[in-house]
Amino acid sequence: MNFKNFREYLSWLYFQYLLITGIYVLEPWEKSIFNSVLFSAIAMVVYTSYVFIPIHMRLALEFFHEIFGGQPESTMTL
Amino acid sequence: MQNRNLNRLSVETSNRSRHFWRLNRNGRSRKSTHATSRQKHGAGNGVASRQNKQESFEQAPMYVAVCTYMGFGIVTLFGYFRDFLRAVGLEKCNLAQEREEQKDFVPLYQDFENFYTRNLYMRVRDNWNRPICSLPGPVFDLMERVSDDYNWTFRFTGRTIPNVINMGSYNYLGFAENNADFLKTVADKVQQYGAGVCSTRQEIGNLSIHEELEQLVANFLGVESAMTFGMGFATNSMNIPALVGKGCLILSDELNHTSLILGARLSGATIRVFKHNNMHSLEKMLKEAICCGQPRTHRAWRKILIMVEGIYSMEGSVVRLPEVIALKKKYKAHLYLDEAHSIGAVGATGRGVTELFNVNPADVDVMMGTFTKSFGASGGYIAGKKELVDYLRCHSHSAVYASAMSPPVTEQIIRAIKCIMGKDGTTEGKGRIRQLAENTRYFRARLKEMGFIIYGNDDSPVVPVLLYMPGKVVAFAREMLQRKIGVVVVGFPATPITEARARFCVSAAHTRAMLNQVLHHLNEVGDLLCLKFSRRKRPSSCSLSEETDVGLDS
Repeated sequence: MNFKNFREYLSWLYFQYLLITGIYVLEPWEKSIFNSVLFSAIAMVVYTSYVFIPIHMRLALEFFHEIFGGQPESTMTL
Repeated sequence: MQNRNLNRLSVETSNRSRHFWRLNRNGRSRKSTHATSRQKHGAGNGVASRQNKQESFEQAPMYVAVCTYMGFGIVTLFGYFRDFLRAVGLEKCNLAQEREEQKDFVPLYQDFENFYTRNLYMRVRDNWNRPICSLPGPVFDLMERVSDDYNWTFRFTGRTIPNVINMGSYNYLGFAENNADFLKTVADKVQQYGAGVCSTRQEIGNLSIHEELEQLVANFLGVESAMTFGMGFATNSMNIPALVGKGCLILSDELNHTSLILGARLSGATIRVFKHNNMHSLEKMLKEAICCGQPRTHRAWRKILIMVEGIYSMEGSVVRLPEVIALKKKYKAHLYLDEAHSIGAVGATGRGVTELFNVNPADVDVMMGTFTKSFGASGGYIAGKKELVDYLRCHSHSAVYASAMSPPVTEQIIRAIKCIMGKDGTTEGKGRIRQLAENTRYFRARLKEMGFIIYGNDDSPVVPVLLYMPGKVVAFAREMLQRKIGVVVVGFPATPITEARARFCVSAAHTRAMLNQVLHHLNEVGDLLCLKFSRRKRPSSCSLSEETDVGLDS
C-alpha cells in the first residue's frame, strides 16, 4: 500500500486501532468515551513513570553499589 | 432397516479386544496438535484419494485470538453500559420489552442471545438481509439503503447498486439464470399445471411431473428409487424422525447442519457427537456403543445411524467417505449422507461425493440432498433402496402434511438434471461442471498465494476466508460492497466465537475476468485491513510481487 503522506499513514494506523479493539462498530460518542478513558489511563502511566522511575533507579543503583562496590572502601578505612 | 443384530456382541468380542488395544497405542501416539498448522492426511488408498484428503485448518497467530477476545470484551462492556442507560431511562429502547404489569415475572429478554442481538448485531446489521432486486446470478443488483439511527431502522434511497459481483449465492452450476430458451419448458409446465399444487403428496398432490422427477433423480444418483420434498430443511428435520426413534443411536458429526440436529432431536433417539471428520473418534464411539449398548439396560441398540454431510458449508471440508463406509460395514451401522452442497458441485460428472471417492452409491443407506444449491430450484430428496423410499412415502411427516413441490420448480430441477446428465443433447452440463472445477481450483490457489487463511478441501467450491476480529468482519463486508462485490460474512452464533469468516461460493457462471476482479479487490482489502494471517510458505508466482505482510507479526 502506498501512502501519499504521513497523515494518511496515521489515519490508516488509527483505522487499525479501531478494528483491533473492536471500537469500529460503536457509535461516535462511545468511541470518544473509550478513547478518552484509554488516553487518560496511558497519560497517568506516563506521568507516574516520569515521577517515580528516576528515583527508584537511583535507589536501586545505590543499593547494589553498596553491596558490591562498598566493600573495598570499608577495608581501606581499617 | 430394522435388523436387530443380536449376534453382534458375541461375534465381535474376539475381534474387538484385539483391535481395541492396537488402536489405543496408535491413538495416543498419533495425537499431534501443533500450534501453527494442522494437516489431515487420509489413509492413503491411492494417489487420487490422498489428493482428495488434503485439508488444512491453519491456526492463526496467538495475538489474533487475544485481539478477538479483547474486541468482544470491549463491545460487551459497552453493551452493559447501554443496557444500563436504557434501564435508567436516559435512552429510548427500540426493541421489545416486558410490559409494566409483567416486570416481576420471569424475564423474557435478558438471556445472552437477546443481549447479543441488542448490543452487537443491531449495530452492524446493515451487512445482512440486503434486499436483492434481480436474479441471483453471477452479478446482481442491490437496493441501496441507509440508516439514520445506527441501523435500528432503514430507508431505501430509491437507487439500486447495479452489477454487483455475487460471491454469496449457492449458484454452483449457474442454473439461476433467466435465459428464455433454457426456461421454455418451465413456462410450458406452468401453463399445463399452474403454479400451485394445493395439496399434499399423499392426498391429491402427486402429479405425474413429480413421478418423472423422482425417476430422474434415481437414475442420476445410481440408486433404486428416490422421493422428493418441497423444502430442503424439512427433508432432514421431518424424515429423520421417521427413520429412527427411541432406542436408536445417532452418531452425528460435530459440525452438522441445524436441520440434521433438529431432525435428530425430534426423533427421540440418543445423540452422540464425534469430532469433525475424525475417524478415531467415530470408531471409539461405535465400539463403545456396541460394547455397552443402551445406557441403563445395556440392551443392544435397535439401530445405529451415522450422520455426515458431503461438504460442510461453514468449513468447506469434505467427508472422508471411504473410511466412514469401511467403519459402517465393520460395525454394522447405517449411514445417512447429506449432500446438500456437494451434489452437482463435486465429482467428475456432478454426482457428488460418492463419485469423488469412487464409492458404490448402494453402500450409503440413505442419500439425502437438496435442489437449492446446484440446481437453482428449491426442495430436497431422499434416495436409496426401494423399500426405504416406499416406507418413507407412507411414514414421513413431510409427505403426509407438507404441500407438494410446485410444478415450475419441479420442471426447473428436471431440466437442470437433464442438462447435467447430457440428456438434453448438448454438452452444456459437462462444460459447467468443468468450469466450476477450474474456477474452484484457481480461486483457492490464488487466495492461498495471497496469504489468507482458508479452510477446507481443495475441491470444494465453498471457500471460507477467516477474518477473526468482529471489527474486521464488519469493515470487510462494507469495503467489499463499496467495491461492488457482494459477500456473505458469518459471525458468532453460526461459527465459533474466535473464528468469524467470510464465505465465498464459487460458481460456474463466474468468468475468469470476474474472479480476477474479485481477487484484485480482495488483495486490496486484505492489505487495507491486515487480513493476511497465513504463516505458511507461499509458492512464489510471477504475477504477484513478493511483499511481506503489512502486519504486526513480522
